Amino acid sequence: MANSFLSIEKLTQRYPDGKGGEFTVFENASFGIEKGEFVCILGHSGCGKSTIMNILAGLSEPTQGVVKMDGFAVSGPSLDRGVVFQNYSLLPWLTALKNVTFGVAARFPDWTKQQVEDHSIAFLEKVGLSGDAIHRKPSQLSGGMRQRVSIARAFANEPKLLLLDEPFGALDALTRGTIQEELLKVWSGTDQTVFMITHDIDEAILLADRILLMTNGPLARVAESVEITIPRPRMRTDIVEHPNYYAIRNHLVQFLGKRSAELAGQVSAPDEIHSPETVRIDKTQDDAVEEQPLLQAVKT
Amino acid sequence: MELLSENKRAAIWSIALLIVGLLVWELSISAQAVNTGELTEYELLTGAGTAKAGVPPPSEVAVKAWQELSNPFYDAGPNDKGIGIQIGYSIYRVLTGYFLAAIIAIPLGFLIGMSSVAYKALNPFIQVLRPISPLAWMPLALFIIQDSEASAIFVIFICSIWPMLLNTAFGVAGVREDWVNVARTHELGAFKTAFTVVLPAAAPTIVTGMRISIGIAWLVIVAAEMLVGGTGIGYYVWNEWNNLDLTSVIFSILMIGVVGMLLDAAFGLLQRRVAYVE
Repeated sequence: MANSFLSIEKLTQRYPDGKGGEFTVFENASFGIEKGEFVCILGHSGCGKSTIMNILAGLSEPTQGVVKMDGFAVSGPSLDRGVVFQNYSLLPWLTALKNVTFGVAARFPDWTKQQVEDHSIAFLEKVGLSGDAIHRKPSQLSGGMRQRVSIARAFANEPKLLLLDEPFGALDALTRGTIQEELLKVWSGTDQTVFMITHDIDEAILLADRILLMTNGPLARVAESVEITIPRPRMRTDIVEHPNYYAIRNHLVQFLGKRSAELAGQVSAPDEIHSPETVRIDKTQDDAVEEQPLLQAVKT
Repeated sequence: MELLSENKRAAIWSIALLIVGLLVWELSISAQAVNTGELTEYELLTGAGTAKAGVPPPSEVAVKAWQELSNPFYDAGPNDKGIGIQIGYSIYRVLTGYFLAAIIAIPLGFLIGMSSVAYKALNPFIQVLRPISPLAWMPLALFIIQDSEASAIFVIFICSIWPMLLNTAFGVAGVREDWVNVARTHELGAFKTAFTVVLPAAAPTIVTGMRISIGIAWLVIVAAEMLVGGTGIGYYVWNEWNNLDLTSVIFSILMIGVVGMLLDAAFGLLQRRVAYVE
């Protein structure tokens, strides 16, 4: 983990609780993310997902602990870490295209105006926006289109790490499905490392290489790291047929429904490092092992 | 009626009201008949037989307006200048004082909006200085500056600074944190952030403040010029009152209204340019 592309080491966040004491959101959280990995983090509200995201983005400082990227501790926001915010955060006085060129021009200051524009248009096309729509202001676009612009802005900057803070939270289910696939399309073929917060289990399984599970706060911890053993490319209609899909899904539902509460609020020794336990569920290989007892049970 | 658009119907109503108003005005004045009955010797001595100086009818005002507007820039000595010259002086003073105020109010407003320490430090001064009638500064300004022209400009400066200052501070403080975060994650420097994110985000509020300020400045210049005298539309009104030329007084009142409307419309246009929908 210490050699990971991105390593989060002993991250602790405490806030004053307003009564003179302190409120610990999470403590000594440690995990790593490899280059090119797509990692989702799942957990209930209040477990500190957004706080972790803000620390990774450099928008807020942890009480303790460090975040290292490529071996160097990060501090403050940087163009190396792009962010897609839940509420799109497009600048409403700029057109969709200008919102993207705004980022690209900041990222590549020596490019000519034409280069910046061509690059931006190319990325807008990748998320399915072209023609007249890119010259409209965000207020004239639907929620789905706005989030597409926001995703295009983040990918066009080619950051080393892309942070997505519940990017589809405000969209209806149908739009969400389309944009998830577009996100996968833009992501595949790049070695873009992505860290994404979500509330949606199916979304996480569709998108992620690995899902980090957080227990409930306060004193939340990243308890498990679940590998998604479903081969890519994934289509939302196909993955549900895969033998691992429901096994993984059940595991996640169990965790969020029961174990996240059971494991919550455990006070730990000061030096204890809370690394997630790796969980690998692969029905395609353990078939024999797991299904035998079941068959026997039926026989007896 | 449904055949006409709403705007057309409104225009018809406006014109109708104007005609009715002017007719009532015209008729009520011609009804003030001069006393032509038998007069005693005393009454003749006190001038009861001559027509009283009354409010002129609109027809006279229209004739006056035609005369003045057909030659607005003549200059026949200190007390006889065309209406265009007088209005020109007033606009010059308003704009000078106004832009001096903007140069100070907008950067200072930025500072107050961005730093809560600056806001808290300056707020007591602003709260005390803001409610002072701009004309109350006039004696002090005349004494210190020793120049009536510059004093008038100072009065405009002091009255137009507050709405711009407060609106800029309010607009800058209210910029959504998400947009500032966008600037931060794109590593924009302080100046770049101020010009590419904070300024456009706060522009509608700032321009609203500028629009309020120009309105107040135009209200105040008339009163200020009545005090300092010499030139300007305010002086013109007062001078014509001293001449008992009520036709000119009414004409100049109308001109003050028209110029004020045009100034406001210019800022209305600017406001529409910087507006955005979230």
